[in-house]
Amino acid sequence: MNRSWLRWLPLAVVAFLGGWFIYGLVAPKDDLVHSAMVGKALPEFALPPATTGVEGLSNGDMKDGTPRLLNIFASWCIPCKAEAPQLDALKKAGAEIDAIAIRDKPEDVAAFLSEFGNPYRRIGADSEMAIQLKLGSSGVPETYVISGDGTILYQHIGDIREEHVPMLLEKLRSAR
Amino acid sequence: MRMIFTSLLVLIATPVLAQGTGPTPALANRQLPDPAQEASATKLMHSLRCIQCQGQSIADSDAQMAGTMRAEVRQQIASGQEPEAIRQWMVDRYGEWVSFEPEMKGVGLLLWAMPLLVLLLALWLARGLFRRRT
Repeated sequence: MNRSWLRWLPLAVVAFLGGWFIYGLVAPKDDLVHSAMVGKALPEFALPPATTGVEGLSNGDMKDGTPRLLNIFASWCIPCKAEAPQLDALKKAGAEIDAIAIRDKPEDVAAFLSEFGNPYRRIGADSEMAIQLKLGSSGVPETYVISGDGTILYQHIGDIREEHVPMLLEKLRSAR
Repeated sequence: MRMIFTSLLVLIATPVLAQGTGPTPALANRQLPDPAQEASATKLMHSLRCIQCQGQSIADSDAQMAGTMRAEVRQQIASGQEPEAIRQWMVDRYGEWVSFEPEMKGVGLLLWAMPLLVLLLALWLARGLFRRRT
């Protein structure tokens, strides 16, 4: 039979699938839900203050020409406590940070701020997660880089570690 | 004595609330008054993925974010939005991944066409058998 190469076809298919499965085992897994809002304008929103003594947050507040960070956090979220020193370092390096507190109580936010310090300019309260949904955010903490005209430039998912601080500062610098 | 004390401590321990204590949106768990609207909202909710508990649809999930997503779907349906436009609204925020019904284009098209492609390949491989029998 002159089609003898055909008998190798099943082996080739199985070898291809086997290689694919091994790649699937080795390749790093990405379970994160990335926002599709990166590159788009912030959605319209106006949130009340998250606790006494702070100001609420609207999308208009972030359109004042200064690039800034938008930190999505909650007092009940453990990684948010872990990233507090990094937010502090970012603020000391000149970054402006606004925040949205997710499903939080005013007294809990106040306790969180007095324990870990307040690096935020404004803190809006998103008690029903409605704005979180509009931002394409899937959890806490997340940090967005927002341009001076209110465009979402970058989304950092999870807590900010020490090694992320220079990267975020660089993104803010290049947004100027 | 110490054992008893420790056991008593365990008794009064309460689990930490990991999802915070905000209110649940009204439309998360309440049906729309119009049965036809509720039916189309439910149909859509079964084909949207919960972004918090990834494997479940927002209709099946008890997660807070699923409740917020259900409320958003019902609200938009009630205001006269088409279900497919709401699906696109979700896709615009979370990517194609949020929909359980992949679109018939790009990689999605390959997915839909796969059964047909496999059938054609099988027929092509088996064509010799048909020829010999006649």
